Amino acid sequence: MNGAYRLPGKGRVDHERRLNFNFNGRRYEGLAGDTLASALLANGVVLVARSFKYHRPRGIMTAGAEEPNALVQLETGPWSEPNIRATQIELYSGLEARSVNAWPSVGFDIGALNGLFARLFVAGFYYKTFMRPKLLWERLYEPAIRRMAGMGKAPTTPDPEIYDKMHAHCDLLVVGGGPAGLAAALAGARSDARVFLVDEQNELGGSLLSRRAEIEGAPAMEWVAKAVEELEARANVTLLTRASAFGYYDHNYLGVVERRTDHIAPSRRPLIARQRLWHLRAKEVVLATGAIERPLVFADNDRPGIMLASAAQSYVNRYGLAPGKRAVVFTNNDGAYEAALDLLDAGVEVAAIVDPRSKPEGELAALARKRGIEVLASAAITATRGRKRIAAVEVMALEGDRVRGPRAWIGCDLLAMSGGWTPTVHLFCQAKGRLRYDATKACLVPDVIAQATHVTGAANGGFELAAVLGEGFAAGRAAASRAGFESPEAPPITATSYRESPLHPLWIVPSVKPLGRGHGKHFVDFQNDITAADILLAAREGYESVEHLKRYTTTGMGTDQGKLSNVNALAILSGTLGQSIPETGTTTFRAPYTPVSYGVLAGRDIGDLSDPIRITAIHEWHLERGAVFEDVGQWKRPWYFPRKNEDMAAALKRECKAVRESVGVLDASTLGKIDIQGPDAVEFLNRIYTNGWSTLTYGQSRYGMMCHEDGMVFDDGVTTRLGENRFLMTTTTGNAGPVLDWLESWLQTEWPELRVYCTSVTDQWVTVSIAGPKARKLLGELAPEIALDGESFPFMTFRQGKVAGVEARLFRVSFTGELSFEINVPSWHGLHVWEAVMATGEKHGITPYGTETMHVLRAEKGFVIVGQDTDGTVTPEDLGMGWIVSKKKDFLGRRSFARVDTARSDRKQLVGLLPDDPKEVLPEGTQLVGDANARSPMARSLMVGHVTSSYASAVLERSFALALVKGGRARIGETLYAPLVGKTVAARITEPVFFDPKNERRDG
Amino acid sequence: MADAKRSPLAFMTSALAEAEVPDAVALRELSPRTQIDLRGEVADPAFAGTVESALRLTLPRTPNRVADAGGLLALWLGPDEWLLVGPEASDLEARLRSALSGQHVAITDVSANRTVLELGGPKAREILNKGCPLDLDPRVFGPGQCAQSILARAQLLLHQRDIEPTYHLYVRGSFAFYAASWLIDAMKEYRFAKRGGRRER
Repeated sequence: MNGAYRLPGKGRVDHERRLNFNFNGRRYEGLAGDTLASALLANGVVLVARSFKYHRPRGIMTAGAEEPNALVQLETGPWSEPNIRATQIELYSGLEARSVNAWPSVGFDIGALNGLFARLFVAGFYYKTFMRPKLLWERLYEPAIRRMAGMGKAPTTPDPEIYDKMHAHCDLLVVGGGPAGLAAALAGARSDARVFLVDEQNELGGSLLSRRAEIEGAPAMEWVAKAVEELEARANVTLLTRASAFGYYDHNYLGVVERRTDHIAPSRRPLIARQRLWHLRAKEVVLATGAIERPLVFADNDRPGIMLASAAQSYVNRYGLAPGKRAVVFTNNDGAYEAALDLLDAGVEVAAIVDPRSKPEGELAALARKRGIEVLASAAITATRGRKRIAAVEVMALEGDRVRGPRAWIGCDLLAMSGGWTPTVHLFCQAKGRLRYDATKACLVPDVIAQATHVTGAANGGFELAAVLGEGFAAGRAAASRAGFESPEAPPITATSYRESPLHPLWIVPSVKPLGRGHGKHFVDFQNDITAADILLAAREGYESVEHLKRYTTTGMGTDQGKLSNVNALAILSGTLGQSIPETGTTTFRAPYTPVSYGVLAGRDIGDLSDPIRITAIHEWHLERGAVFEDVGQWKRPWYFPRKNEDMAAALKRECKAVRESVGVLDASTLGKIDIQGPDAVEFLNRIYTNGWSTLTYGQSRYGMMCHEDGMVFDDGVTTRLGENRFLMTTTTGNAGPVLDWLESWLQTEWPELRVYCTSVTDQWVTVSIAGPKARKLLGELAPEIALDGESFPFMTFRQGKVAGVEARLFRVSFTGELSFEINVPSWHGLHVWEAVMATGEKHGITPYGTETMHVLRAEKGFVIVGQDTDGTVTPEDLGMGWIVSKKKDFLGRRSFARVDTARSDRKQLVGLLPDDPKEVLPEGTQLVGDANARSPMARSLMVGHVTSSYASAVLERSFALALVKGGRARIGETLYAPLVGKTVAARITEPVFFDPKNERRDG
Repeated sequence: MADAKRSPLAFMTSALAEAEVPDAVALRELSPRTQIDLRGEVADPAFAGTVESALRLTLPRTPNRVADAGGLLALWLGPDEWLLVGPEASDLEARLRSALSGQHVAITDVSANRTVLELGGPKAREILNKGCPLDLDPRVFGPGQCAQSILARAQLLLHQRDIEPTYHLYVRGSFAFYAASWLIDAMKEYRFAKRGGRRER
């Protein structure tokens, strides 16, 4: 059954290029230029899905982005993608697809039994039925419902495709390449403005691709071809086809997904990004996004073979196929008469046009009558028949909102319907534009714009071709002009035009029985199986707000986001509440217009590029030595340097021992460094840090702590006076950026009178930190010109001189408690100095160590790490560092220390912990209780603190920890308990300094 | 050699060279140069005038402009901030310090803070725009202009050198590996386009 419904030689498909594809396990043949939907229809495949709730047979209903039914799982394995609209999949050879919502098959669906219990599946059914008991909802109801209802399946293997992003700016962005958009783009292009034209189809032309209209006396597509040729020839124009503008954000910033290789079989795709996310910023935006035809809401309006009239027209004219052999057209406006004539000319028998209007007397209606089509005026379709494809429609006379008289059945295999048109205003509304209701056209049209936006063509409620072309040009000219470019005026264009009878809104087509009675279902939202009766019920139950209605019934949700259903639902709700459509309002339009894959949102920010990997100038050496790395913010820092067959514990023990007994070396380059210069630098530091800086003289260093306004510790580090008006501040690794921002925000907003400049020099310097009893000896060999003895170079001072032949800054600071020197050299000398330290240090047993050993050694000394032993709720006093808070001056956070809360005696305070069992290393984060019998999980009231740092110490030959404990300093000597899984560990509270409390080692 | 400078991407030199796509784009790391971050009040004639006579260079006051005085560059970074870029061995810092002594200025040697990548070729602009949100269209951004922005997730100071276009990308040393890896990745598609490469499955 290959191409039985194909119209030889017709349409824009290539009848010579046949393409094989597979749908639901069967092989078919289509043509180049087909969509999956058109190829299926050409093969007579109408039934493509089962509905979401009732599992009713469903067919292809549209030819575009609004398709609610024909959702497929495209391709298999890693290329598999769920819920793709068959109407938007360009056919390629070898394509494989399956219906997403049918199990075990579309033809035989167990879930259709749901249809027998339809009375149960009313609005809010899930809420009403499965609410209690709560546990069953999580364990049973929801998983079962999801399996039954389940849309497609997410692939389980990594996506082999590439996705990327592109940023671009333009003067004029035109969205939509139909007649209005092309005209606007031409006007813009002729003005020399930078123009982007974005269109979701593979070919420009929009509605003209699907119509037999004429422009300037020739087929419209000839005009399109000329327009495209002109646009392509201009250097100031970028055409993006297969590109969906999905989001319109502030400042005329739009997101566009360009599908670059989706139309090619996965195995044949070139190695470029499959999809590209464009970040477009435009001075002016012209929205020419067209309109979407509305279904009519009549009984059993969902059978396969029922489709929008415009879709039927598109399948005939664009895709060269007959979507049926015998058609009935049901329309409340003149537009669908054109579809009827196109069907007729394609050899489809048009059994009747059913029109609720009493006098359809437009030109097209006259033409249809002349061609012998029976036009049934003041009539409505009141029922349909046919299980897997529509077989017949019941027609009755319509009088007001009632039907009467004899029931006539008309046989057909295609029902083309039209309830009027809905301008596609999604982007307009995302841009915060406001709509108004146009009663004549029975649709919501753009009213108040909120950005530099122009709306034109059908999107603006213009449905007449010649006018649309003129408006498009005018919009393009106006937009160009506002962007500062002048475009020549275009002469008026003639185009196919018909005198029309006005549309007659008919929001619910009545049947013999009242709504919701009998078997007929008036579907409003096809994807979510929401009927007109559901909306009435919801309104009766008090869900009168359109936002409530949406959430209660789920109408307008799902992948189509109510493109077909929203206006109908809104009108029905308004009708039942007896209020006007503007009074009811609309739900919010949110991006994306059509679904966007996660892959393209991620772009290349995946794997090693997902976040910058920052490395120091010594990184290569660490790699070669087999360092195990730790992520510290974006930095890769050596965690420890295991030797052969050495586990982490053994490596740490060896590294710690080396620093305490001989000498170790640490790459401390990641510390933040800020060069602070200016005559008010001292005053600035006094305000930023809790401690005083006025007495710090040239060449001296001082440890400082800074708090936010709330008085909580924010950062700490050593700052050195490099000159009269110059300081070098160091920050913690993770806070280098935030501290600079903090300094700048105070300088620029609150203290502009301070003459101070801050310059980040973090990457300028490599810091090689050597620590241990032999550090001085080692450095002496590397820096023979510098006097290193304790008197010449005391603790917390700074010297300059040559180290390993390189000009260096030396700082005598210590984070380990040992004699220590930090050697700072410009980063391009970092590796050289490090290697010199290693080579010269060999005879002293130099040992490279990582962040973990650093952590252990500092914790033995009770030195805190901001962000590990603090968490934004800890004051300097809580850390036992009240001495660093000056009483003589003002500083950021000072006021907060006067608060009752910061003076509480039961605040969590930093203490040491020694587990009774010296081999037991408490997990960091462990909660502590006073009750030996408490078991995890404990009541919050029992918890008195938590472990912040915990290690096995080589020098103490036992485990130890730092902890924050409520009123901890007064509890030294008490025992606390850590209830862990399967055991409880007892630990004694101690002073937080475990080693060398008198600082006897730091001078060597 | 004790004072031989090792640039942040010394270990990637060949990877950068291999990423080149002839007639499309080339990438390399430039040799070290002297970079001085200069802060001062440009409205103060004592400052601007002194800098001008000391360096024979007028500090640009128009945002995002680069002044070029015989190879000595001044990149506008802010209303009171410039990056001066000169040859590797230069007494720039000392000259400024002595000329501006007594004034409230900041003169900071940042020579090793950022490394400079040169990205050039007909596709260079497009490659940058994959990760840089600036409008780099020749109508808007051309030779002699600079801007601080981002390249994907790294800070970027961008300077366009010529109309080819050739760009100089100033990136922090610790970010250089990431930025270079990102650029090499972004350049790949042009190589495949050239070879008509198809995926092997």
